[in-house]
Amino acid sequence: MSEAPKKYMNPYLAGFFLGFVLLATIYITGRGLGASGAFKSVVIQAVNTVAPEHAASADYYADYNASNPEGPMKSWLVFEMLGVLIGAFLSAVAANRVSLKLEKGPGVRNRTRIIAAIIGGILFGFGSQLGRGCTSGSALSGMAVMSFGGIITMLAIFGMAYMTAYFFRGLWIKKQ
Amino acid sequence: MGPLVPDIISGEFNFMIALIVGIGFGFALEQAGFASTKKLVGLFYGYDFTVLRVFFTAGITAMVGVVVLNHLNLLDVSIIYINPTFLWSALVGGAIMGLGFIIGGFCPGTSACAAATGRVDGWAFLLGGTIGIFAFAEGFPLWKDLYLAENWGPVLMFEQFGLSREVFGVIMILVAAASFVMTQLIENKVNGKETRWFKPVIIKNTILVATPVLLVIMVMTTPNRTEVMNTRIDEKIAAGECNPQMMDADKLAYELMNQYYKYNVIDVRSPQEFEAFHIPTAINIPLDDMHESRNLSIVIQNIKINVFYGADINQSQRACMVSKYFGKSDNFALKLTANEFNQQYFQLSQVNFEGSKSEVDLFKFRQEAGEKLKEIGESVANLDKPVEKKETRVKGGCS
Repeated sequence: MSEAPKKYMNPYLAGFFLGFVLLATIYITGRGLGASGAFKSVVIQAVNTVAPEHAASADYYADYNASNPEGPMKSWLVFEMLGVLIGAFLSAVAANRVSLKLEKGPGVRNRTRIIAAIIGGILFGFGSQLGRGCTSGSALSGMAVMSFGGIITMLAIFGMAYMTAYFFRGLWIKKQ
Repeated sequence: MGPLVPDIISGEFNFMIALIVGIGFGFALEQAGFASTKKLVGLFYGYDFTVLRVFFTAGITAMVGVVVLNHLNLLDVSIIYINPTFLWSALVGGAIMGLGFIIGGFCPGTSACAAATGRVDGWAFLLGGTIGIFAFAEGFPLWKDLYLAENWGPVLMFEQFGLSREVFGVIMILVAAASFVMTQLIENKVNGKETRWFKPVIIKNTILVATPVLLVIMVMTTPNRTEVMNTRIDEKIAAGECNPQMMDADKLAYELMNQYYKYNVIDVRSPQEFEAFHIPTAINIPLDDMHESRNLSIVIQNIKINVFYGADINQSQRACMVSKYFGKSDNFALKLTANEFNQQYFQLSQVNFEGSKSEVDLFKFRQEAGEKLKEIGESVANLDKPVEKKETRVKGGCS
């Protein structure tokens, strides 16, 4: 592993490739890409396994289980996300980018970064359920099919991130 | 034709496709640098707009692709999944996600990529994501009202603005192109780089932007297959070439009484009119829907002879033309309209029995035919109905 990591692909080319994957997905399956739905399947499967009584009594799980009789893990998005893990890994191997590390802004402690990542994940996970999809399922796929809901979710995500970026700059850029 | 699932590709194999699609998705994200949180967050501090470039290019590529495939009748946009719009939950959910993005530095898809390439923060974000979803599920009764408020259904962006799909597509391309230029300027400024305008680069980029715009404009200006069909048929009618074989009503009644199974009697009026009255054994395919693939398989049956009838002769003759256009040769247009047929066989006015013998015979035949047809109609009603093929909207999204 002495070789240096390769440069990233030209963003427009990568975007074109991603758009092509998305288009193929829409053509073949009639639906776009997604990500957070797979996490949801994992959560529901876990609750079903650990606390079946609770899963049967709480509305949210009961509704989901009723509409997905084959079980939460037998879902399109779960398989798609497995593919994402494989695809990302292969791509990183090909470009020499696999390494165990923690990426963070300058001067940020490891503990801070991990806690921030977990908090960010919690917010994103929560928001994706409320907004019916994340950046992939709602914003990107929504844009491709010109869904109104998808595009306003996208605007809300990026709008909010820009509005609050100033307050969290300590996490990412050097303080001036 | 498309989407291929569930009619052409089905069930379990769909999951294989999901896996393959996922590999492509993950590969593209990682190649773009989306596994790196600093690259992602760069968007919000102006030092790296890769996310915007990749995201917009991907969205535009897929969008233009959908427009083109739809135009070529290769993709049925009426059944692809459209994220439903729940106004408040979309906005509030989006805002919470935005906050999560700036604090955590990932979104779910990119955190998975980061995790796969060995980044510990990616794993932390994934863990957080599952906790967040768990929290949402546990507290669901608390935000159920917000979650379900303002349900607008699967609204489309261009419908909201009263534009056509194509015009909106062109606007999106231009907005994207403008944002690419703007963000490049900002990025250069933040990184202390001088912006230089090279002529060849400008020309190359203009061509790159012009290509999708031209594609969409081509879609707007060229007729789609249905329009081509209609103009060809209109031309033929105008040139007086619309002279399909005509079928006499008495002949049809006789044939139906003796060998109804040889005939495919097709009512081309609206379903409401069909419901009110139709010739026994007839099936209903409205003229405007006849060219759709699910109907063509019924219209084009080698062993059957088509007999079309409608609210007027023009309708039934046009139906013959459509059928012929798609390669079916045995087409007849009924000489009578639906209402005339109804009167002639089912609402007979009394005839003068003192009149000529032929008149009386005809009356008797028609009376008998009416009764017999009703009987046949009832007995085959359940036998001969074409299997209804339901085309439902595909399920999807992150739920």
